[in-house]
Amino acid sequence: MSRLEIQSLTLSIAEKLLCKDLSFTIEANECWGLLGKNGAGKTSLIHCIAGLREFDTGEIKLNDRNVAEYSRAELAREIGILFQDGLETLPATVLETVMLGRHPHVQSLFKDSNDDFEITHNALRDFSLTELCHRHLDSLSGGEKQRVAIAMLSAQSPNIFLLDEPSNHLDIAFQVNVLKVLNSTLNKRNASMLMATHDINLASRFCDKFILLFEHGEFLCGDKKEVLNQSNLSRAYDCDIQAIETDKQTLFFPI
Amino acid sequence: MIGTRHYLLIGILLVFSCFSILFSLLSGSVELSITVVFSELFNPGSELENQVLREIRIPRTLSAFTTGGLLAISGVVMQVLLRNPLADPYILGISGGAAVGALSAILLGAGGILLTNAAFAGAIFSIILVFGIANKFGRWSVTRLLLTGVVVSAGWGAVINILLTTSSTNNVQSMLFWLMGDLSQSQVHVGHYALLSTGLVGGLILARSLNVLSRGELVAQGLGVNINRLRLILYFAASVFTATAVTVAGSVGFVGLVIPHTLRLLGARDHRVLLPCSILLGGSFLVIADSLARSLIAPQQLPVGVVTAVIGVPTFIFILRRTISK
Repeated sequence: MSRLEIQSLTLSIAEKLLCKDLSFTIEANECWGLLGKNGAGKTSLIHCIAGLREFDTGEIKLNDRNVAEYSRAELAREIGILFQDGLETLPATVLETVMLGRHPHVQSLFKDSNDDFEITHNALRDFSLTELCHRHLDSLSGGEKQRVAIAMLSAQSPNIFLLDEPSNHLDIAFQVNVLKVLNSTLNKRNASMLMATHDINLASRFCDKFILLFEHGEFLCGDKKEVLNQSNLSRAYDCDIQAIETDKQTLFFPI
Repeated sequence: MIGTRHYLLIGILLVFSCFSILFSLLSGSVELSITVVFSELFNPGSELENQVLREIRIPRTLSAFTTGGLLAISGVVMQVLLRNPLADPYILGISGGAAVGALSAILLGAGGILLTNAAFAGAIFSIILVFGIANKFGRWSVTRLLLTGVVVSAGWGAVINILLTTSSTNNVQSMLFWLMGDLSQSQVHVGHYALLSTGLVGGLILARSLNVLSRGELVAQGLGVNINRLRLILYFAASVFTATAVTVAGSVGFVGLVIPHTLRLLGARDHRVLLPCSILLGGSFLVIADSLARSLIAPQQLPVGVVTAVIGVPTFIFILRRTISK
């Protein structure tokens, strides 16, 4: 259970302003969606929050303590990230890779603990990887690799999950399935997540709060109802977007 | 992850190392019997054979083992640091710098300790030069380091060619031997063993971080590794290992590139296993290659670098094909 507070964050990259004075707080058990067009700054924002990129002004606090004051190892026990770039492949098997997710928690230099094995095997099972566990990473399909990366994050068991394009390479069934599993993990542990994605409908199904990035550092931030509507989305993506109501959820599509 | 098969692999390599050392002690232009070797161990004698063993064979065998071990762990570290399977200990120009130092010494008629010092100075100069250029604008990325290293290497290559083409025939012979790797002049002492041991212990302490870094720098940071510190340690450690190995034996090729890959193909992907195995296999591989180098066309000697390639290439291709067909 953790609380992540972003206070008047201003972030620019190569002279381009991505967001100005952005403030929001991710409380325990919240799911946030992060939307915006290509190059709007979704990935940069996620990297900032994880302490991997410097920002211009503002503060990021985890449990009332500045993120910069945490050591990398401490931070890795609190915040876990799914990166957009795949796992670089010097040879390794699926099992070995997912097991690396336990790195921030390992106690011994040499011995792998039974707990770590158990957590790893649960993560493999959760993302339907048990049968692939002895396969080499370079023999996997894109979607399988993405599931390995997600399973590794799940084995890391952070309190805050930062997901950069979690549905990348996943087929339509796994897109939903993977997020369902992650969601139930979050609920079990009172963890929270922030997910950057291009799939508005997927995000709207799993997230309650949204940050929508516009150009020139402007943004909208708040409950799903306030942020996700035709006019906001059309403005953010610079493209006509229409909504249709279904009995399950409102769907958005471009015209 | 470490399993039974990894302990088995380490066991086999330990036995293999002992055999390679015995093989080396028995080969050369003077025939020695196993009895002499074992009796010398427990009860040093003063016959000619004992002297050959004590003063020539044993030091040379230990030099070969130490050099091979240093090159192999340096290769492992470079491959993880650069996350490039083509990386070897020489890719960042260290051997080039050492070669220019050594060749200049030969040109000036220096030998022995002066030559080794010149080679070491050249290597250190090259390490600092590459790091200085790659680091000039604050941040250094691996791509930048790799490019700088390759460019500096090419520069050294040009200087080496100038030295070779402008030297007298006599000098060129010894220069070529140095360039191909040659253990006949080599001397290792307690400092070298200490360095290899430090490499092993330090490597084992960092092994888990190396496993994580193999998956990429961002992933490693996300999993709590301070990669700025780790990269610095890895760069300078691998550089010093290489500089030392090159100073002892010249640019022996192939060991640093192929030993780590061979072991990975044999299943030693976890650095907790890969590092100790690399020292054992790298060491014994070079010991065997050197034994053949001095016995194949005895009393003439071949440069050991030629032998490492001649045995290494087919062996590696064999292992590669077998593991792919599985």
